[in-house]
Amino acid sequence: MELQAVLMAAGGGSRMTDLTFNNPKPMLPVGNKPLVWYPLNLLERVGFEEVIVITTKEVNKMMSTDPKIKDVKIKLDVVCIQEDGDMGTADALRHIHQKIKSDILVVSCDLITDVALHEVVDLFRAHNATVAMLMSKAHEFTEIVPGQKGKKKTAEQRDFVGVDQSSKRLLFMANEADLEDGLSIRKSIMRKHPRMHLKTGLVDAHLYCLKKAVVDFLTENKSISSIRGELVPYLVRKQFSKTTDSHKVKEDAEDQNQKKSDCSTNHEILISSRDEPLLQLSQERSCWNDHHGDMSEAYHGGKLRCYVHIMDQGLCFRANTIPAYMEANRLTPKLFEEPAVHPSAVISDRCQMGSDSIIGALSQVADKTSIKRSTIGNSTTIKEKVKVTNSIIMHGVTIEEGCNIQSSVICSNVVIGRGADLKHCLVGSGQQIDSDAERNNEVIVGTDQLMEI
Amino acid sequence: MADGGVTDGPDKNDDVERAKCEGKEMTKEEKQRLRKEKKQQKKSKEKKDDAASQESEKGKKSDGKSSPASQPLPKPTTQKEAPAPADKPAKSKAELKAERRARQEADRASKQGSKKGEVGPQASAGKPKAPPSELQPVVKRLPEHMQVDNPDVLKKLAKKLERQQIPLRLDYGYKVSLFSHLHQYSRKAPLTQQLSIPSTVIHPAIVRLGLQYSQGIVAGSNARSVALLHAFKQVISDYTTPPNEELSRDLVNKLKPYISFLNQCRPLSASMGNAIKYIKKEISNIPSQCKEEEAKRKLLNCIECYINEKIILAAKAIAKYSIEKISDGDVILVYGCSSLVNHILCEAFEKAIKFHVIVVDSRPRLEGREALRRLVQRGISCTYVLISAVSYILPEVSKVFLGAHALLANGYVMSRVGTSQIALVAKAFNVPVLVCCETYKFCDRVQTDSFVSNELDDPDDLIVTRKGKTQLEDWQQVDSLGLLNLVYDVTPPDFVDLVITDLGMIPCTSVPVVLRVKNVDQ
Repeated sequence: MELQAVLMAAGGGSRMTDLTFNNPKPMLPVGNKPLVWYPLNLLERVGFEEVIVITTKEVNKMMSTDPKIKDVKIKLDVVCIQEDGDMGTADALRHIHQKIKSDILVVSCDLITDVALHEVVDLFRAHNATVAMLMSKAHEFTEIVPGQKGKKKTAEQRDFVGVDQSSKRLLFMANEADLEDGLSIRKSIMRKHPRMHLKTGLVDAHLYCLKKAVVDFLTENKSISSIRGELVPYLVRKQFSKTTDSHKVKEDAEDQNQKKSDCSTNHEILISSRDEPLLQLSQERSCWNDHHGDMSEAYHGGKLRCYVHIMDQGLCFRANTIPAYMEANRLTPKLFEEPAVHPSAVISDRCQMGSDSIIGALSQVADKTSIKRSTIGNSTTIKEKVKVTNSIIMHGVTIEEGCNIQSSVICSNVVIGRGADLKHCLVGSGQQIDSDAERNNEVIVGTDQLMEI
Repeated sequence: MADGGVTDGPDKNDDVERAKCEGKEMTKEEKQRLRKEKKQQKKSKEKKDDAASQESEKGKKSDGKSSPASQPLPKPTTQKEAPAPADKPAKSKAELKAERRARQEADRASKQGSKKGEVGPQASAGKPKAPPSELQPVVKRLPEHMQVDNPDVLKKLAKKLERQQIPLRLDYGYKVSLFSHLHQYSRKAPLTQQLSIPSTVIHPAIVRLGLQYSQGIVAGSNARSVALLHAFKQVISDYTTPPNEELSRDLVNKLKPYISFLNQCRPLSASMGNAIKYIKKEISNIPSQCKEEEAKRKLLNCIECYINEKIILAAKAIAKYSIEKISDGDVILVYGCSSLVNHILCEAFEKAIKFHVIVVDSRPRLEGREALRRLVQRGISCTYVLISAVSYILPEVSKVFLGAHALLANGYVMSRVGTSQIALVAKAFNVPVLVCCETYKFCDRVQTDSFVSNELDDPDDLIVTRKGKTQLEDWQQVDSLGLLNLVYDVTPPDFVDLVITDLGMIPCTSVPVVLRVKNVDQ
């Protein structure tokens, strides 16, 4: 068995709490399919037969009843964890380490992409890498987030990613939040890779190929709780650590047995893929080197290698913020060639529907309505003379006559009264908007949600 | 039949003897009559003689018939004489019957004689004929990787790959017409594009190996063989015999699609081919009553031994022989990056021999840089030139050491493209050329030119960007332009002075002897 797929679907959607209060993030509808369907579809297309899905009980219940997920042919091995437990992704891996028998491919539930997955996995295979990940050039989301007052600050939370000349080897990775004094790069990195490209405009797709030794390392080292935030930067740093030299590793091991000091170096022995003697011999005899100009052998003799595949064309983003979510709704119908209007929907003839809108199953759209650049969910009812522009309407919504909805997100089971005018609003689930209400740039949620503060 | 002639003969003899005895007392008239009859007999004799002579000749040549065959010669003549006088005086019914019988048997004898005669001369002539018919080529089938421009062969290959569930790798770009019979692949279109992740049909170790071959991470004859054997070790350890199958047969069948896959990633080298033959032989020699665990252990052991003997120890032996040829003050020229030659030079340096090395390199691979790095790291003083400068530095060179990819059965050396160039120029300057090659790279193939069987590498490797400009970027749009990136070339044995193998130092022409000895051993 070469690779085992692990799907992380237990995230709370901390960056879009308004949406995810009643709908767990994996089940948010995007293009009338639950969000978690997209990574499952990616894995299925590529040839995986089984996935380990880490999720909460609530999501598991919803998944088992959802028709789209039942359509998925891949076998789901669901592992439920506590909802409120503050489990990071690395903690989740530690939780399932018994099931892991080979190298793993970790995917997040909010990844929507059409990447050729073999590009990432080939890097992992060919260079015997410890980590291989996927990154993409960031989209500028031009959506005005409903309910947000003021301009969005984009300067925070930047990721600094350093790659080598071939743009494949990952040399440096840090988040701006972790860099207090400034960006410092070790001399050992510069000596080995004198040319490094630092990029800030990349978005991490949270798709990682990890060696089994890394999972074993995680089980021993319980201080790491997030793959993205802690594990990957740690591994990237350890590539150039002095102790990865094989001779020194033995010395350090002896020292540790005496001193009982920092046990992490002990685990590096576990991580640094012990190249078997034949592989070593083959590498010695091979006339290939990944770099030229200095005296060291291929990979500078380092056993720990991190690789990244940077996508410059194609679709790749994570629907974990509200603008990303809205963008996702707009782009995903183009990924799959499905009819824009579900066959079971009842649409009257005098309805103006734009070409980039989709309407879900069992919906009813009455006369003289205009639907442009929008997504209408399943079982929604839209009465006459309604104008829906640039909005996302989830399942079970009732919109009475004469409403005007622009750039809004209406969650499920909402009833919008007659003549209401909503612009840039976010209406939480189960809410009721009074007739002739005029809301602009507001988040309308229930009082129990407000209590969270 | 001759037997019939024999039985009839004595009867006729008696009549003749009687006639002769009577003829002594004959009158003149009777004598004249006798003379006339003789003339008539002669005429009839001539006719019968032709038939009889054929009969007798064929009878002579047929084995085991020589003695009775010689007898009918005088007998038919006497037979013909006898019936003539006997006919006239008294032809009894019995005699007529006997005559008829004799004629029939003579016919039969002539027919059989003719048949036997045909067989006879053919049997004797058969022996000289048989070797020519053996030499007549039983249509030798060209391997399919040399017949890419033949659509039937391509169809066959596609079918075979489909059966083995391996994706077909498509050729890329325009191929120069002289080499259109070879495959040309692009590195940007790896075979893994069409495979599922995780790979279930092909063992992951083999997929990894194929990727490393196609991207050039494992390059060099020895490295490729070692990596191949390592991957096979993993395959064998992960193998479980399905029920009702024998390990010896099933494992060989399992390996066939893997070998096809590796061939698609990059054409197999001669050393890899020999290694595969060895493994297949070892697997099929496993006795059927052997338990699976023990069989696997045995196979893994065999592979270890093979690598140890044929690669590691062979390198040591070759180094030992070569060091005898390196003396103080030598200037040695090497080409490209041969793991064996590098090993030899490092060993020679350890033995404190003072020599200087000139590393010759060529585009697009520029493997010489890696050789240069390894030698300089040891402390050997080196000079680095490109192959265009070979004729300028050769006056300073005392010896040329070359590595080989394979040694062919007619003594030709197959090596990295450019090697024959260097050997040629060295010959012109009277510089000795020594080729170092392990015996496991000897192959049965015969080749006299570099066109028939070669490897075409990715043509995009020739594209280079200097000062921001890439001149050959759109080479595919130019109709009259073709990029050719050859990998191997063949050096004739006239340019090679000595081949150093683990069996000793042999001349180039002794390669078929070594091959014969190897085959006898096996």
